[in-house]
Amino acid sequence: MLETVLKLLFIVLVIMGAFLPLITWVERKQAAIMQDRIGANRADLFGIRALGLLHPAADVLKLLSKEDVVPAGANRVLHLLAPVLALVPAIITLAVIPFGGTYVFGATTLDLVVADIDWGMLYVFAVGSIATYGAVIAGWASNNNWALLGSMRASSQMISYEVTMGLSLVGLFMVFGTLRLPEMAAAQDTTFRMLGFVEHFGWVESLPVWLGWVRLPAWGLFLQPLGFLLFLTCIMAENKRPPFDAPEGESEIIAGYHIEYSGMRFGLFYTAEFLEVPVIGALVATLFLGGWSIPYLSQEAIIGGVSSVFGLGFATGLCLILHVSMFFLKVIFLIWFQMLLRWTLPRFRYDQVMDLCWKMILPLSIANVFVTAFVILFLEDLG
Amino acid sequence: MTEVLFYGFAALAVGGALGMVLNVRNTVAGAMSLVLTMVSLGAIYVLLEAYLLGVLQVLVYAGAIVVLFLFVVMLLNLREDDLGASRQPILKAVGAGAGVLALGLVGLSLHGTFGPAAILPEGFGSYREVGLALFTDYLLAFESTSLLLLGAMVGSVILAKRSLD
Repeated sequence: MLETVLKLLFIVLVIMGAFLPLITWVERKQAAIMQDRIGANRADLFGIRALGLLHPAADVLKLLSKEDVVPAGANRVLHLLAPVLALVPAIITLAVIPFGGTYVFGATTLDLVVADIDWGMLYVFAVGSIATYGAVIAGWASNNNWALLGSMRASSQMISYEVTMGLSLVGLFMVFGTLRLPEMAAAQDTTFRMLGFVEHFGWVESLPVWLGWVRLPAWGLFLQPLGFLLFLTCIMAENKRPPFDAPEGESEIIAGYHIEYSGMRFGLFYTAEFLEVPVIGALVATLFLGGWSIPYLSQEAIIGGVSSVFGLGFATGLCLILHVSMFFLKVIFLIWFQMLLRWTLPRFRYDQVMDLCWKMILPLSIANVFVTAFVILFLEDLG
Repeated sequence: MTEVLFYGFAALAVGGALGMVLNVRNTVAGAMSLVLTMVSLGAIYVLLEAYLLGVLQVLVYAGAIVVLFLFVVMLLNLREDDLGASRQPILKAVGAGAGVLALGLVGLSLHGTFGPAAILPEGFGSYREVGLALFTDYLLAFESTSLLLLGAMVGSVILAKRSLD
């Protein structure tokens, strides 16, 4: 019980206490660098500007001190409920994401995941599907036509991309044979021969010999490259950030579903959107970038190498610290990558968003399932 | 612990169901109460170790079907007089009668069936077991259901297309 509470505190404090405040600053600074500007540097405390690091605090102070307005024609209860419905799913997704592997310290075994459930990925999908209500209810309860249009767009976009998000991962489930996230991460802590299968064909002699022995980390990215692209697209569309922000397209429908929200209630929508960026990073890192694993340096290799000099306990502890740091390094990389996409691609038109989902991603992800199945059958045939 | 959770979620489920029936003026609030019932039912399935059923209850019913309900409700934009016409006393009486009849039937069929708790086989309710059963023993039923759904989908597209042309 105590162990679970400590793990919960750790992951929530790191993601919500460290990543979340910094991420708004990172987004502004990265945008500024990409657009050749200086960026946020005005907020100061006794003349100290600290590279604009005080801006997140200034934002929160401003949002907290603003008047909280509920429109006269609004449904009060649902209007107050909507921001909570938007924020909670993003937080509780963290429960199933492993931020480290399994470590044995003498008699105790430490699993670095809050809830190790057999149907972990289904839990992620179920929680994600509840997030739709935040946007839908916000728009309807505000009693504003622009907000309603925004929530219509949000709900149709999120439902459509949920379908393809699930399908795009089926190939990955077939490769790993599990829905349990810690097991998926642990399965990637190894390497495979990229062209290991070619020696079963006659034309292998025409290739250079060393090519057959090139090893790649057994990451989802290399085992399911198409699945990675499709899943990343779908999960970014689920978050409704640019380029998929048609539900809040300022130029057409002002601000979409959260137009009638002010102060910290607007801040909660804002927080939910920003919180999903590291959560998406953690999820994609676990599924496709090997989670906590270090490429070409498996857990046995680290513990075996270090324990002969410094003893088993020290080696396991070092391995734990390295793995947790590696996991958050990957999350930081994916946050940077999401920001890069956000400031590179222009907003899709609403019909383009739906066409992309149903006419491109859906057929491609079904094709991915079949190709993966054939490859797995073929490899099993070879033995 | 399990019993406390069960009674908590059961109360939420019943409360959500009542909220849906009693919210006649506000269909969106009614639909949100339905979501509460669905999620609580999902939690009760999980307590009964039917994990796949529980998570699908949340994923499919709460997460997708009720969102589509909301979609339709918002698009139709129902007013008070649209809802009032069908609410005649005779219909209410028929509805209440049907409800009592259904409750009685459920009570009769459950009477005396409560024995000692069953011992669950290994892997009960996991996605593996359900998937194996679905794609071996019940393959025909599964495939005919998918044909039925496909038929319904094609039919609705044809009907919608005709009214567009």
